[in-house]
Amino acid sequence: MDHTTESSPNSWRWALAWERSLNRLAGRRLLGIFSLLRGLGAFGLITLSVMVRKTSVARRVIQPLIFKELLRSGWRLLPMTLFFAIALGLVVIGQTVTLLSQVGANEYLGAIMASVVVRELGPLLTVLLVLLRVGTANVVELGTARALGEVEAIEAMSIDPIHYLVVPRVIGMALGVFTLTIYLILGALVSGYLWAFLRDVALLPSAYFEQLAAALGWLDFALLALKTITFGTIIAVVTCYHGLARPLTLTDVSSATVRAVSQSFVLCVMADGIFLMVFLVAQ
Amino acid sequence: MNAPRNTAAPAPPIVAMRGVAVSALLHSAHIVLEGVNWTVTPGDYWVLAGWHRSGKSDLLALAAGMSQPEKGEFRLFGVDLAEASEADELAARKRLGVSFPGGRLLHQLTVAENIALPLCYHRDWSLEGAADEVNRLLEIIGLEKQAGLMPSDLGRNLLRRAGLARALVLRPEWLVLDDPLSGLDFREARWWLDFLELLAAGHPWMNRQPLTIAATTDDLRPWAGRARQFAVLKDRGFHVCGGPPRSGGAAEPLLQEFMEETPRQADGIAPAETH
Repeated sequence: MDHTTESSPNSWRWALAWERSLNRLAGRRLLGIFSLLRGLGAFGLITLSVMVRKTSVARRVIQPLIFKELLRSGWRLLPMTLFFAIALGLVVIGQTVTLLSQVGANEYLGAIMASVVVRELGPLLTVLLVLLRVGTANVVELGTARALGEVEAIEAMSIDPIHYLVVPRVIGMALGVFTLTIYLILGALVSGYLWAFLRDVALLPSAYFEQLAAALGWLDFALLALKTITFGTIIAVVTCYHGLARPLTLTDVSSATVRAVSQSFVLCVMADGIFLMVFLVAQ
Repeated sequence: MNAPRNTAAPAPPIVAMRGVAVSALLHSAHIVLEGVNWTVTPGDYWVLAGWHRSGKSDLLALAAGMSQPEKGEFRLFGVDLAEASEADELAARKRLGVSFPGGRLLHQLTVAENIALPLCYHRDWSLEGAADEVNRLLEIIGLEKQAGLMPSDLGRNLLRRAGLARALVLRPEWLVLDDPLSGLDFREARWWLDFLELLAAGHPWMNRQPLTIAATTDDLRPWAGRARQFAVLKDRGFHVCGGPPRSGGAAEPLLQEFMEETPRQADGIAPAETH
């Protein structure tokens, strides 16, 4: 009995079924991503609209909330940020000094610090820090409030939950990421020089800072401000969206937190890529 | 001799529902009540009775303007919320208060801050500015000693009272209470019924204006002789039953049927004349 002639139609059927299920899976994933982006976009636009329309509403309630969020996303993270700054200076200088000394190119130390720390690692490390320390807390707080019916209670008081819960977080986190990034960059640049000094690199502070000033232009400062505010806004919108936008039970809160953290980071990296392209085109 | 005519236009009903279909708050595709015709006029004191998942809370959420009907016509203080501007909707919704089971206080604020929140938000007051009003209300509700505590420090009874205080702080004209008596002990349930009766008659806090009230329950007995209008939610329908039920059997059949199914544990909370 010839097995090949009998089994081949089955194999084809399996292959076709496998391909179809793969296509379906890919299609579902793609649709899921589109749906998520649509939801996030709509949530972000609603937040922006509320922020603009209700600028003068309940200032005595909203302003303390913004200040509280700024404390949480900025001031309280300062010690950890400075630790990261010192570590970043050490890592970048430690790795590059040896290499640059070997080829006699110490005059590029400032330029390397500017492009690595100011343009890329500074904002991304700050985002990671704020995301892990405050973004996760955001999802847990809002998700728990949603699961316990507190959001409905806010609506019942005729208070817009987006205005009361989301707007202060967006403003606070955007400003928090911006200011923390500045501190992290300054800390990393100073600690970088200290590590270079400890490694006996023949470089005067004035020369180092001249190198830095020469490597940085107005575009760097403008993009840095825009980038950090965008990152803070992305984290706030994504974490608030996952905490608030859908009905949650208490058991859903942990999985919503994981989703929010991973999606926030991926979106920040994607936004970083866009800023990099803008920089390369505009330079 | 002709009696003098009152030429002023009558105030619109607080709630007017015609042929309304109500969907579940959490699953909007699921219709829980259909063909609801309900009119609430100023001074009414309604009790809506229904079993678990009969749509009581969903109907109250609709009556508080927190959701939209799937079908039919619904007006709150004469305003069609589906067509109204944001300002008109807000103005209508600020005239009502909602009390939830468990209070649903915001867990990051103290009891006093929770109660002050509607005042501070809608009138742009500082916490210090709202303190006098809040303290007076806390005293009325019997929570003056708990003002600075967090909600997690309060027991169930006090959480509910704090939720009621928050619902009353703006001096609403229409108060909706979702299952206010469930799980309360005899003494606390009696306090609630007495206090609601005072509100319905015109409490000093409300400038002696009678408050219009609707409460939901799955146990009608405590409300007998207290509320003035009754309705039963059954088989996805809303059935208005008119006057108060009596233990003697004078109630309408639906009310009687509902009361007969209710456990006897609530006996004794209703006023003496109803027994």
